[in-house]
Amino acid sequence: MKSLADLKAIKEKMQGQVGIRNHDETETRVVVGMATCGIAAGARPILQTMSALVQEKNIQGVNVTQTGCIGLCQYEPIVEVYRPGEEKVTYINMTEQKAREVVEKHLVRGTPVAEYTVGGSEL
Amino acid sequence: MQEISLNILDVAQNSIKAEAKLIELLVEIDTMKDRLVVEINDNGCGMTKEQTENVTDPFFTTRETRKVGLGVPFFKEAAESTGGNFSIVSEVGTGTKVKAVFTLSHIDRVPLGDMNATVETLVFYNGGIDFLYRYCVDGESFSLDTREIRELLEGAPLDSPDVKAFISEFLKENTAEVNKGRVF
Repeated sequence: MKSLADLKAIKEKMQGQVGIRNHDETETRVVVGMATCGIAAGARPILQTMSALVQEKNIQGVNVTQTGCIGLCQYEPIVEVYRPGEEKVTYINMTEQKAREVVEKHLVRGTPVAEYTVGGSEL
Repeated sequence: MQEISLNILDVAQNSIKAEAKLIELLVEIDTMKDRLVVEINDNGCGMTKEQTENVTDPFFTTRETRKVGLGVPFFKEAAESTGGNFSIVSEVGTGTKVKAVFTLSHIDRVPLGDMNATVETLVFYNGGIDFLYRYCVDGESFSLDTREIRELLEGAPLDSPDVKAFISEFLKENTAEVNKGRVF
């Protein structure tokens, strides 16, 4: 059985690092719908993938969070991206592959992936 | 829902909305009794008698944005369709206890699925809430208690990359040890 003892070492390693991240208006927010509709449609791996990629690629100033029902249940999984000073972008029918693309193109390079958005998709 | 673990993630969202400070998740599998028991207990705001009676009705919801609430009815249906049972007990100001019993070998029982992903999602994205997760198969068990983790971390954030990696590894290793190669 793995025990919690190893956490002590992790804590010591973390000391001295800047631990507190500021969540403010200069930050990009990525919000994944995690109500019954979202979860049933596969939102859990989307949230995990996006969060892991932001961490892996060390993308600064991006906060991945969850929210409740966005109100477009038939288009779940839905991901909303709020970049400061820009209009909200709503991605629908997300898959892990699309999530990867959104991270790379929108979060890293700053260009929304129009064909996956609610406005750009064929509904 | 394709996995019981997704039902658990979904029903736990109700505890979060009820402003629980502590949410207990228990998964207990007993192959001799042919049972899989899930309990979700919280110390949130609780529900009135009327709300508790109606919560398994898909056309009852406390929301005002639309008229259906499917989370709890889905979970109840998933348990009862295996010949199991479902109960919900709640008290205003004290909290809510949800219990679902599944017949393990029943053909209609959906897989437990990725329970660790459910626990990670809850723990990593709800920083202000403590979770106690206990997973037990045939008497062998392990627990993850975020209160213990917080105490050891002495204020360091629970969602920092190193801590997240540790928690994922902790869940993975201990689940594998309890499962002994079996998949539920």
